[in-house]
Amino acid sequence: MTEEIDLSKLPPAEPYDKARDEAQRARLMKVWETPTGWRRISAVNNSSVGKWYLLTSFAFFTFAGFLALLIRAQLAVPNNDLLSQSLYNQLFTLHGTAMMFLFAVPIFEAVAILILPEILGARDLPFPRLSAFGYWCFLIGGIFVCGSVFFGVAPDGGWFMYAPLSSNPDYSGLGADIWLLGLSFIEVSSIAAAVELIVGVLKSRPPGMRLNLIPLYCWYVLVVAGMILFAFPPLIAGDLLLEMERAFDWAFFDPDRGGDPLLWQHLFWIFGHPEVYIIFLPSIALIATILPTFAGRPMVGHSWIVLSAVGVAFLSFGLWVHHMFTTGLPEISLSFFSAASEAVAVPTGIQIFCFIATMLVSKVRRSVPMLFAGGALAIFVFGGLTGVMVALVPFDWQAHDSYFVVAHLHYTLIGGMLFPLFAGVHYWYPFVTQKRMSDRLGRWSFWLMFGGFNLAFLPMHWTGVMGMPRRVWTYDVTDGWAVLNMVSTIGAFIFAAGFVVLAVNVLWPRGKAPLVERNLWNAGTMEWSAEVPDKPWGVRSIPYIHTRYPLWEQKELLGEMDRGEWFLPDAEEGKRELIITDILDARPLYVQRVGGPSYLTIGAAFCLGAVFILATFHLWTLTLLFGAGFVGFTLWWLWTGTSEIPEKPEKPAGRGLVLPTYAQGNSSPGWWAVFITMTGDMTAFMGLVFSYFFYWTALPDFLPGAAKLPGFGWLLLGLALLLAGWVTALAARERLAGGSTGQAMGLLVGGVPLAALGIGAWCWAAWSAGLDPTETSFDATVWVLILWLGLHLLLDAVMRLYVAARIWRGRCTPRYRADCVNLTLFTHFLALTAVVTFALLALFPMLMGGM
Amino acid sequence: MKSLASLALVLFLAGCEGRHNWLAGAGEEARSVETLFWVLLAGAAVIWTLVIGAATYAHRAEAKPEREQEARRFIIWGGVALPVLVVGGLLIWGLLILRDITADDGALTVRVDGERWWWRVIYDTPEGPVTTANEIRLPLGERALFRLTADDVIHSFWVPALGGKMDMIPGRETTLALTPRELGNWGGLCAEFCGGAHALMRFDAIVMEPEAFDAWLAHEAQPAQVAEGDAGFAVFDEEGCGACHTIRGTEAQGPVGPDLTHLASRDKLGAGIYDMTADNMARWITDTHEMKPDIDMPAYPGLQGERLDALVTFLMSLE
Repeated sequence: MTEEIDLSKLPPAEPYDKARDEAQRARLMKVWETPTGWRRISAVNNSSVGKWYLLTSFAFFTFAGFLALLIRAQLAVPNNDLLSQSLYNQLFTLHGTAMMFLFAVPIFEAVAILILPEILGARDLPFPRLSAFGYWCFLIGGIFVCGSVFFGVAPDGGWFMYAPLSSNPDYSGLGADIWLLGLSFIEVSSIAAAVELIVGVLKSRPPGMRLNLIPLYCWYVLVVAGMILFAFPPLIAGDLLLEMERAFDWAFFDPDRGGDPLLWQHLFWIFGHPEVYIIFLPSIALIATILPTFAGRPMVGHSWIVLSAVGVAFLSFGLWVHHMFTTGLPEISLSFFSAASEAVAVPTGIQIFCFIATMLVSKVRRSVPMLFAGGALAIFVFGGLTGVMVALVPFDWQAHDSYFVVAHLHYTLIGGMLFPLFAGVHYWYPFVTQKRMSDRLGRWSFWLMFGGFNLAFLPMHWTGVMGMPRRVWTYDVTDGWAVLNMVSTIGAFIFAAGFVVLAVNVLWPRGKAPLVERNLWNAGTMEWSAEVPDKPWGVRSIPYIHTRYPLWEQKELLGEMDRGEWFLPDAEEGKRELIITDILDARPLYVQRVGGPSYLTIGAAFCLGAVFILATFHLWTLTLLFGAGFVGFTLWWLWTGTSEIPEKPEKPAGRGLVLPTYAQGNSSPGWWAVFITMTGDMTAFMGLVFSYFFYWTALPDFLPGAAKLPGFGWLLLGLALLLAGWVTALAARERLAGGSTGQAMGLLVGGVPLAALGIGAWCWAAWSAGLDPTETSFDATVWVLILWLGLHLLLDAVMRLYVAARIWRGRCTPRYRADCVNLTLFTHFLALTAVVTFALLALFPMLMGGM
Repeated sequence: MKSLASLALVLFLAGCEGRHNWLAGAGEEARSVETLFWVLLAGAAVIWTLVIGAATYAHRAEAKPEREQEARRFIIWGGVALPVLVVGGLLIWGLLILRDITADDGALTVRVDGERWWWRVIYDTPEGPVTTANEIRLPLGERALFRLTADDVIHSFWVPALGGKMDMIPGRETTLALTPRELGNWGGLCAEFCGGAHALMRFDAIVMEPEAFDAWLAHEAQPAQVAEGDAGFAVFDEEGCGACHTIRGTEAQGPVGPDLTHLASRDKLGAGIYDMTADNMARWITDTHEMKPDIDMPAYPGLQGERLDALVTFLMSLE
């Protein structure tokens, strides 16, 4: 083990040998090479996937922006008939939906996939194929949702899809299904990326980069990915309930059957408010990375910024109700959520003042990225101040759902997200392309966008004060909104012109332009260590980091890395290798081998996309077929690409460091990925539990009489069987570790019928009590909880058979048993889900009945 | 700068007109938010100028590494102390206003039910409920309590000139208190997107002198005066309009659409969107979905000539 190794006292590197260096470079090149030609789509390394992700997100941004121009054109004059009522309703819904789900969140993931490994001095993220899978899901889902508008069936219920408008098929058509299923699919890819990024920051840091040395950008990525993990699942739970009501008439939101339309609003905004910060924080992270470069010094108040980011993340989960101030909630809730909303001003203020303080103590170099950062500040601070206004309940009762709020949210998002992002585009463009953008065009695009934006959105506050509600496709000349709207429309087109200039600047072919010099901005962060021209391997050797700004504070570092004097300078075994370090101190733990180019991820994403798309049209047979295809591709991918038994138990990693080549349990990224994914999964389950208690508090007669409760005996029997199934997994892990592969396989397979009998007993308990999910919200909630567990048990069965097969084929052995350990971890969460479900189905109604 | 200032002035003046203006000062509740609005606006302008001024200065100033301690104090004062004081004070003030503008009783109770896309209005009087639609009349200076419900999807009831809005949610009842302080015809709107013709879901909120209001309500409570054998009513009856619409005092008792008993006494047609004229009425009947897309009422394009004239004349007589 490596615990005793002091990284600062490693033996010196061997003297430089040109022939060795060239041989190592050639081997690295061969291993990390990106496929060319049409095979390029099988690439999985972060620089390719990140670039595709970025361009695709911007394509959806352009599409959604074009919709915005149509909206503005329609509103330019009163009583306009450019767009029909129906088309307008589709356009504004799709504009919001695409901007939020297909641009703002994916662009965070795109940028992070592109630059995070490089900032960490890592070769790639720990699960490159998962990134690629997430990308293909995003592309397919995005085209499906956006494409619907060309068939006139785009979602038209507003981007937050309030029930019953969205839940009752009489009021909303196919568009609502496209929204629910298409976006659920994209949410899957967001969560995949979140898992990847969390594990990346926790486990893929360079040796020596302890917690206090983590660059600000990576802190923000960690915080935001964590927020995605807790914010998206409640929406997935809500999507499930809403789609079950739409497709099968289950009674969740229909007040005539004990449902409640407000439940959707809670589930949506428990997601929706953190979402705002999920969008905002990554862009602030870009500023926090760019600013020190141009100030030429480390950020003042580094720890303050980290704590503020964490603080914002916490607070953001406690203020969703401020989107619901006008739903008639009691004064006490209004006061609480109003206070929580105002409290966000503090950590946000700290971050902004840290930026200003950093500029105050340094001489700032002028540059186009800083110009955009300044514009971002001017716009965002204004949006923040109007945010303080709308967080006050009496003010919100006027402003809510008016153009004042439209103006406010565009100020926060465009100031807090888009302008920092454009600063980042100018800053990292040379990192990606090794060419420079035109400063002249950069300034033109900035001033056009800055001026156009303010011309469009500043008057919009006043339009709101004048009483114009949002989401109206027409208005009358007597309303007095005509001049303001015309001004906003002109501004919007100027804004768009600025974006066109920016797009030209980005896409302009610069084939003959000279390459930039290395680290052209003189930045302190590791991504600028990339050689020019760049190499697909990321870093020549993985360095030991002991400062926050290594390129400033470790003067010899670049030369040492280039000469291959640090870790993993070679690829003798012809495998893509990363160093995995521990979470707190970044001690090197082991050498992880990651998968190279693959079509399996594309196949899996395509099949999963087909499942969601076909389900929209209720083509159930095909849905099942493609579902099987998805399982097949995924298993094939896992079988051939994960937990491979190494050819030797350990290898020299350079500078006298010898590292294991295999890990299991909590030192392996796979274990963490399962743990983190299941935390998200439990959060979705908690969304269902929340629904149960929401109904219970909102409806006095939610719990039925004893006769209509699922039978206690059957529930208890089912629980016993389910827990017995869990015990078989634990025993299998122990037997495997003890060397009894046969017993382990038997226990794994034997757990499958136990689980089937257990869930069967629960279904019988509900069925025999006459619970009908289309009758009441209680019946529907019971059945959805059983359904949830049932789907997880199905997954459990597949995984048990998979691991048993791995043991049988000798791919999972007593010594190398990560698959079995990870499966057991999964079953812990399953057992917890079963126990909580039992408490809700059996214990809680009994307790309440007894009282 | 000068052109910007004059543009701002034009926008400001444009903003002082309009019947949906929050700052029209037409209601007690709107007035208490109005004061808040101006204070917030002025405060926001000052804070924005200070922050952006500080940033601009910091960006241009020479390097002063020795001032790092000062910079840290700056973070604490600007990033912690200032926001805590400002938002803390505002929060308390906001909650006090909230207490002032919420009430659970009023001199007058009006039930409003949101429908796709119109408003069913019921005045609770000692003599019993009085039903009308798409127009709400209120006595000057008396607090009206609105009891709000919705039948199909979520709507939101908003008369910006009088005060804030409140959602109307199926399966629940919400309340909103409004106390008018200015005579006039103020605009009312649906603020929550409710699908299809959301943009065309309007109403008039007419504030009257209390005596005039009492007279109006007494008149509204009366059944319609329909002459025996009225040719227009005959058309109304033959076309089956009574299946959806009620005209009190006749056999037309349909509960689905707006009550038409005193239709012609309203200012507007089609839920606050067209002037109540004979021409508009005729078009409303024949070209319904061009006047207001997606609504449930079927169009009667076949109804032409004398029969249409008779029906329109009849409807326009329902005062």
